Amino acid sequence: MTDRNMALAQLEPGEDAIIEFNDVNKWYGDFHVLKNINFSIKKGERIVVCGPSGSGKSTMTRCINRLEEHQKGSIIVDGIEMNDNLKNIEAIRKDVGMVFQHFNLFPHLTILENLTLAPIWVRKMPKKEAEEMAMHYLERVKIANQAMKFPGQLSGGQQQRVAIARGLCMKPRIMLFDEPTSALDPEMIKEVLDVMVQLADEGMTMVCVTHEMGFAKTVADRVVFMDAGEIVEANEPSEFFDNPQHDRTQLFLSQILNH
Amino acid sequence: MAIEFKPSPSLPPPVNSVGAVAWVRQNLLSSPLNIFLTLFSFYILYLLVPPVVEWGLVNATWEGASKADCAPGGACWAFIGARFDQFMYGLYPPEETWRINLATILLVVMIGAFAVKAVHKFYLSIAIIVVYPIIAYILFAGGVFGLEAVETSLWGGLFLTMLLGIIGIVASFPLGVLLALGRRSNMPIAKSVCVVFIETIRAVPLITILFMASVMIPLFLPEGMNFNKLLRVLIGITLFSAAYMAEVIRGGLQAIPKGQYEAADAMGLTYWQSMVLVILPQALKLVIPGIVNTFIGLFKDTTLVYIVGMFDFLGIIQLANHDANWLGTTVEGYAFAGFIYWAICFGMSRYSMAIERKLETGHKRN
Repeated sequence: MTDRNMALAQLEPGEDAIIEFNDVNKWYGDFHVLKNINFSIKKGERIVVCGPSGSGKSTMTRCINRLEEHQKGSIIVDGIEMNDNLKNIEAIRKDVGMVFQHFNLFPHLTILENLTLAPIWVRKMPKKEAEEMAMHYLERVKIANQAMKFPGQLSGGQQQRVAIARGLCMKPRIMLFDEPTSALDPEMIKEVLDVMVQLADEGMTMVCVTHEMGFAKTVADRVVFMDAGEIVEANEPSEFFDNPQHDRTQLFLSQILNH
Repeated sequence: MAIEFKPSPSLPPPVNSVGAVAWVRQNLLSSPLNIFLTLFSFYILYLLVPPVVEWGLVNATWEGASKADCAPGGACWAFIGARFDQFMYGLYPPEETWRINLATILLVVMIGAFAVKAVHKFYLSIAIIVVYPIIAYILFAGGVFGLEAVETSLWGGLFLTMLLGIIGIVASFPLGVLLALGRRSNMPIAKSVCVVFIETIRAVPLITILFMASVMIPLFLPEGMNFNKLLRVLIGITLFSAAYMAEVIRGGLQAIPKGQYEAADAMGLTYWQSMVLVILPQALKLVIPGIVNTFIGLFKDTTLVYIVGMFDFLGIIQLANHDANWLGTTVEGYAFAGFIYWAICFGMSRYSMAIERKLETGHKRN
């Protein structure tokens, strides 16, 4: 463990952690994509992960619900260690919602069916109850009037709001966002961020990979900066933006804030 | 002060870009080459259509007891009329053919019931897939409930063709899905079994498989143990078609973006749930043209059963051509066979296009 990672781990004691990374390493073939990740996230914490492309930020996030497998170290989510045990993985995935860059709605199902699929089949909820709940969340993301349409008939911003509602329908304890606004037109970014801010205000544990620094400033409890597979710096937004410790962080911030 | 933005009104398209005249100009006469091709096509039609109509309709003979009754220079459709029952049922005893008709009507009625709103589609599907085959088998084979037993060696004609085609299609499709999933599986044993099966079957001609099924397998079976040749042939056709089907479906599975698999996984759906609910509905829809292609190929391949001594629709027509009373009616026989095969295959093709339109949800990518 490097000194820097040691410091990061000490930043948050592991006791009330809901997500814990201990010495996590991952390779794609020969490429070392995650290097000694030590990090823990408390219940209710809002984490924004940023960094240049290829820095491993998406990979790290996707390790939390095991869309990616790590090869060394341990990841403990909600008290369960993520390993090859399929039952454990499925149990964690029920409680961890995920929103993708490209929405990944199911194009052959209506909006309502997209939302009720997992509650009905994974949570074994009666169809009527699932539909009522789905309509409730669609109203929250202000899109209830589109329930009977297909994803292909909605704009990108609307699709991403549906994707968030779909994640919420499983009543998750953690929400993961993997660059949720990167594929959107500028006019639609705000409508998605508004929903995410609202969610953050309600105390949802969130891990959000994003380049929206405005969102990071207003919402995040901590901002994590990654480069070349390592966590370079993790700090409260005020410290992170006004007083970055590492020159790599300073360079990154100067490039994305002053363009 | 800001200027208010008002979108300009939409205008109708120019008159010469719509209507019949515009269609003719755009599609038939748009360039010198197209004008030439249009005229040339009309000339070919002029050469072909009148003689065919004259032979097939104007000079044709519709009734008669032998070739001698037919007028020269015209089609002898009397041949088809005289042998029609045999073409439909093969050597099935004529006084028992009502059983085939009844089973056919029953199938049509059951499929037609899908259009009735009050009918529960799930139970109807179960009835068609599970109950109907039992009823149909009892009707066809007989031997119980006072029905006279009819050997499968007597089954033939269009009845046999439809039987082989429908059972082949219905059985090879789910098998093909399983093989395609198996070939993409992470489990090494399941994967190898599927790969070996698919690659072996695809590398062998259907004729070989039919020959194996009818001649070779009985040699290897222990003395006294023998099962029906029709059943063996059916299994051969089904396995052959399933291997092709598997590759078509695998193409569809590969075309589904990785994000769909990930979204299904991230929700906590199990492997089978995510396949049945998310991946397969999309993958199968994508490859409907390929699936129907395989169905049509299978349907026409059933004619190869003549190699093992079964008289399907085409086989029985060829047999009838050798009848001394009807020598010289080969063209009429093949024309009739061609028309029936065309009608059935074209029907499948149009039906599949209707399904594609019905399943269209306005999503072209992602």
